[in-house]
Amino acid sequence: MNVLHVIWQSAVVVLGSGLLGLVYKGIDRKLAARMQGRIGPPLRQPFLDVGKLMVKENVVPRDAVPWLFHAAPILAVVASVTVLLYLPLGPFPPVLSGRGDLILILYLLAMPAVAMALGGFASGSPFASVGAQREIVMMMSYEFPLAVVVVGVVWRLATLGFSPAFSMVTVGSTPLWGLVGPLGVLGLALLFLCLLVVTPAELSKIPFDIPEAETEIAGGLLVEYSGVNLALFYLADAVKTVAMGALVVALFFPYGIASPLGLSGGWAALVDQLFFFVKVFAVVFVAVTTVRVAMARLKVDQVARGFWIPVTAAALAGLALLVLDKVVMG
Amino acid sequence: MQERKTTYEIPVGPIHPALKENIRFTFQVEGERIRSVDVKPGFVHRGIEYMGMRRNLIQVLYLSERICGICSISHPIVLTQAVEQAANIEVPPRAQYIRVIVSELERIHSHLLWAGVAAHELGFDTLLHLSWKVREKVMDILEELTGNRVDYALPIFGGVRRDIAAEQYPKLMEMIRYYRGLFEELSDTFLRDPSVEARTRDVGVLTPKEAHELCAVGPVARASGLRKDVRQDWPYLVYGDFDLTALTPEDHGVEVHGDVYDRIIVRLLEVAQSLDLVERCLREMPEGEITSFPKIPALLAYLKKAEGEGIGRHEAPRGEVIHYVRLEAGQEGPAVWKVKAPTYSNLMPWTPMFREQEIADIPIIAASIDPCMCCMDRVHVDRGDTREALDKQALLRLSWEKTRRVCG
Repeated sequence: MNVLHVIWQSAVVVLGSGLLGLVYKGIDRKLAARMQGRIGPPLRQPFLDVGKLMVKENVVPRDAVPWLFHAAPILAVVASVTVLLYLPLGPFPPVLSGRGDLILILYLLAMPAVAMALGGFASGSPFASVGAQREIVMMMSYEFPLAVVVVGVVWRLATLGFSPAFSMVTVGSTPLWGLVGPLGVLGLALLFLCLLVVTPAELSKIPFDIPEAETEIAGGLLVEYSGVNLALFYLADAVKTVAMGALVVALFFPYGIASPLGLSGGWAALVDQLFFFVKVFAVVFVAVTTVRVAMARLKVDQVARGFWIPVTAAALAGLALLVLDKVVMG
Repeated sequence: MQERKTTYEIPVGPIHPALKENIRFTFQVEGERIRSVDVKPGFVHRGIEYMGMRRNLIQVLYLSERICGICSISHPIVLTQAVEQAANIEVPPRAQYIRVIVSELERIHSHLLWAGVAAHELGFDTLLHLSWKVREKVMDILEELTGNRVDYALPIFGGVRRDIAAEQYPKLMEMIRYYRGLFEELSDTFLRDPSVEARTRDVGVLTPKEAHELCAVGPVARASGLRKDVRQDWPYLVYGDFDLTALTPEDHGVEVHGDVYDRIIVRLLEVAQSLDLVERCLREMPEGEITSFPKIPALLAYLKKAEGEGIGRHEAPRGEVIHYVRLEAGQEGPAVWKVKAPTYSNLMPWTPMFREQEIADIPIIAASIDPCMCCMDRVHVDRGDTREALDKQALLRLSWEKTRRVCG
């Protein structure tokens, strides 16, 4: 693949993911409003929000560390988009396939959170500092179960003889459900549930919006951000939502509907691409929208305890089941 | 080993999303733990008492409604009680029943409003929208009965200004049925939701001893297990006939913890209690006059001649509210008017509630007493940028100085 290809494909992914993220945000807000008995904002509201923020003044607090304060939102956006370059999006292989693997994705997924924490610490506000501390605690809580889930799936794939093992191409083209025994299916289901629990935490949505916690610390990490910087964080969040959805889909539901429908060529690609969007949205809807309307915000110690004990235990149990499955299936 | 100081200061307020009105908390925090708190009120002092003492009593009545936008029937009811006591005015029974009905309706709407605010502080916006949606029913009924959603302009010295017509009874009964049907759902969503329970159980605990010593009132005191309710302890209007008891979490069949969760229980139970009271009032309300002074000029002339002092007490949704009034012959307005809103008594209990809690608990603990700052603020000392607090002696000295200045 030549450099030019990578460049134009990346440009498509960057633009497309930004648009898609904002569209998902709009649908998410509308559906959440409906579930709460409200009318809700129009679907294009996230676009209007970003547009408005772009023309607003970019205030830098007096006590802030300016370069870090400005760098954090850019870092968050770049990291979120980069994740997408490594993930299979629909029927197409990842743009940067072969140049990095799942471990890299795990690190990249952590980057926006790190960037937000940095930005929070650089804001020079007590609320932002508390938010940043909470963000770090949250990361320490959910990263381990996330890693267990990813490693579990990939390890089982590797034992079945697929290689290169940690490559996203392999993972994204091989649905594991049909290849393992009953124990393996149970294990996969457990891992999938864990990933669904980790998803809202990774995206800082209720009940895990602790680092922002509007009523407690007035927006926490983001309290001092305004204008373009805030718009960038907003976009980073939108893109990361797509990335998390795409990761869940790639790990657990890399199915297409084109071949069962008997389509081929351009139509197949189109249908599969649309189906991919639907799958990602379904994940976002189940893991983010419904959860955030049905729960109160938890406290950071409750979240840490919850992730370290039950969720990690469930993830490890899933992993153990996969190992057992390997032993049984041979 | 030398102990190092690791606390840092978190200011909450005077303007903060967790606060619906202005007050300033300064928290000493260690990690996420609150070590101590300093509360500074006085940001929304409006000088209402001062304004009242320069108006005639009828005007004061309408001014008293503006003390609080939520308890906008409680303050006029207390003021009328105080003035009626001072001027020896009888209130016809039917008027007393109507006052009770509207003040119980107010309790329902206030508690539902609080439930929504509390849910929002917990980040549970669905519950906020649910509570406020069902609250609309009682707001509609209040509008039907009085013409307004807030500031009902209903009580007048010697009675009430509007009767409840026969065709309005079915609407009230329909509302009662509506809320009874909803009660299971509401208590289910609030009391059996695991995330609400995780955020409110054993949070902001106020022991019965502390509640007693710090003079907590209203649902805050009752949630700590004190059976304390003006309607039960010092019956007024027709509450004496109803033989009602103050509700504590024990009435819900649970042990008293004195935490935020218990305050939710108590307020929900009180909604049900208010429904029962309204229904009973409708059943037992006698026919008859609704005021002993149908003509306002006659009332004003009578009040101008009246002399004496009176105290009114009422169990507002947030707790006991007291008005003290002194009337002097020949003076149209009150010579003295003193208002004590329930939040004033519930400020001090905040200190033990916040002790050793987390930053995340600040909004819900602050909201759990259902504070109403602008009802409570009675003084504001502005000396530029000073941070000193005035103690009791200094305040007393200032009052003397002011009295001398006012009296010339």
